[in-house]
Amino acid sequence: METILVLAHTENDGSLAKSAREALHAAATLHKSLADSKLLVGLIGENIQAAANSIAASPVTKYFGVTGAEFCQSRYATDAAAAEAVFKAAQATVVVAPATSRWARVLPGVAQRLGGRADTHVTGVAVADGKISVSRWYYRQRMEGVLTRTPRPWILGIDPGSQTACDCGAGTATVEMVPVNLTDANKRTTVVGIREPKADAQTIRPDAQLLFVTGAGWTKKQADGQTHLPEAEKLILGFLKASRASLGSSKSLVDLGGEGQAVLPFLSHLNQVGQTGATPRHAKGLSTCCHGEEPHTVGWRFIGERRAISLDPNCGWARGKADVLYVADAFAVIAKVNELLAAGGTP
Amino acid sequence: MSTAYQIVVCGSIVPDPLQTLEPVASPTGPALKNEMMLPAVLDPWAGHALYEAANLAKNQPGSKVWLVSLGPKAKLQQVMMTVAQKVPFELVALDGSASGFTDATETAAALADAIAAIPGLDKSKLLVFGGWESASRGAGATLQIVGERLGIVDQFQGVDQLTVNADGSLEILERIEGGKHQVSKCAGAPALLGWATGNLPEPKNNPQVGMVNMRTVMPALQKAKPTKLAGEGLSFASVALPKQLRETQIVKDKSPDGIAKEIVEWIKK
Ligand SMILES: Cc1cc2nc3c(=O)[nH]c(=O)nc-3n(C[C@H](O)[C@H](O)[C@H](O)COP(=O)(O)OP(=O)(O)OC[C@H]3O[C@@H](n4cnc5c(N)ncnc54)[C@H](O)[C@@H]3O)c2cc1C
Repeated sequence: METILVLAHTENDGSLAKSAREALHAAATLHKSLADSKLLVGLIGENIQAAANSIAASPVTKYFGVTGAEFCQSRYATDAAAAEAVFKAAQATVVVAPATSRWARVLPGVAQRLGGRADTHVTGVAVADGKISVSRWYYRQRMEGVLTRTPRPWILGIDPGSQTACDCGAGTATVEMVPVNLTDANKRTTVVGIREPKADAQTIRPDAQLLFVTGAGWTKKQADGQTHLPEAEKLILGFLKASRASLGSSKSLVDLGGEGQAVLPFLSHLNQVGQTGATPRHAKGLSTCCHGEEPHTVGWRFIGERRAISLDPNCGWARGKADVLYVADAFAVIAKVNELLAAGGTP
Repeated sequence: MSTAYQIVVCGSIVPDPLQTLEPVASPTGPALKNEMMLPAVLDPWAGHALYEAANLAKNQPGSKVWLVSLGPKAKLQQVMMTVAQKVPFELVALDGSASGFTDATETAAALADAIAAIPGLDKSKLLVFGGWESASRGAGATLQIVGERLGIVDQFQGVDQLTVNADGSLEILERIEGGKHQVSKCAGAPALLGWATGNLPEPKNNPQVGMVNMRTVMPALQKAKPTKLAGEGLSFASVALPKQLRETQIVKDKSPDGIAKEIVEWIKK
């Protein structure tokens, strides 16, 4: 008999993120398919009652909480102590948690502490013959594996965006508070702030419909034998402004900055998509001036519809990696796209 | 006051990302087709960790860098021929599988034991580094488990920057959601940092560094401890390549205006 614990942290405003509701959905799916299983929730944060109430109409039978100012911080030592305490109070065998940056930092360590196992970047859960199996990707999204484990506890970190969010309604939840004894050793680290670009300079927009990818071609000599960096910058920023797309980039383009060449100043490694970059989730992706090599396109695994604009008809996109490849000059096309978007999208 | 750190970097080898990879079934579970023939490279994010470690050691006199690697000995040797020319380090090698299908818990146990056995290890000076995720298992789990086994509870993942303050405290930037960094201050070593890309370019090959490193690399490989990863309690139902290869429509003779119109319609759909 499995006791399934959904482990979530609250956001700074005390709410539950969508990723937490996705984990709850995955856990509820397991619960439904496993006869005699129990579904519990553990919440960690400065205050958690509002979050518990917001999902009170779910099939969860018991709520556990760890609260206090120390648990507001996304910090390994206190998060691990809190997760361990909730787990022990709940006597869980399976823990389902959203793989946010905060939980990804701590979950495998918690599994070690509890003598169990953790699987991260889980994109699917299922039950067959009374056994839980999970799907996750290997070799940077190149192949998908389905696996099962016998050791317990088994902690599953669910990739945000991979599940539908549970839309269970609100109510009033009774939460059993779990005490956690913190020592000075848990407080050697302090979170002092968040560093982010100014609102208008933030080009990474996880919730955008469209991912707009720029490649090194934007900085290369064009048909006239010249580079056109100021124009490239204007076109790219113009497109981002009009479309509200999220900006991704090839490695070659972001690396140029480190090599001392003139580059596009709004790009950093955080924009990089691929093998050593991000694997964002968006409904659509538009690639420009990028060759579509395998180490880049593995980062497109979770992009729905894909289109590319490249001068090279034999680039990687042509080989089954994009739905449509426009063999064209991206400078000319994006200039026109920006014009159309500015005019309200109708030519 | 400058602190002399003992910086231990955990990092192994992965297939060159430009290679096509195909899963196959083997008697011990899933594997890659022609796995031993595939050219290998240092796992990229672990590579960034190694370069950051070397840079830190250079700026903190008296510091030393170890690279602890669990992989098939022959392949490790090939990759070390290049890696050893990049930055100074001492290799601690474990001879075993570097497959993505091994269990992070078992890999971490072997790495933690190897770290604990480093002669003269002083935990008050210890910084454990590695990549925040491997390019094989891609779990982002091994380092946390290594840290737990070594009793290190100041852990950071997705690190892009480490600054040692004048008072010996550490300022650390970690990647979080939405293209942002969380800034933390840690009292000092011991700490564990899983690196993302960081800020340093890949160092150029330096044959002199290579010569010095090779004096310890070869003996380390010779005495690499055979390490068995049994995958206890773990079984794979399937490992498969994604099904969808798209039927790319190649549009060659359309005007920029025509393409722009089509793209705008598609974006708005
Ligand atoms: C260990 C390792 C890890 C890597 N990780 C990543 C990763 O995470 N992400 C990543 O992206 N890459 C990664 N790479 C690099 C990858 O292999 C490619 O080198 C890189 O993606 C190429 O970038 P690009 O397509 O922007 O540049 P290029 O290969 O230079 O291609 C530029 C393209 O722009 C086109 N072009 C030029 N001008 C125009 C124009 N006016 N209009 C339209 N098209 C134009 C050209 O035809 C060309 O196809 C990795 C490589 C290694 C070895």
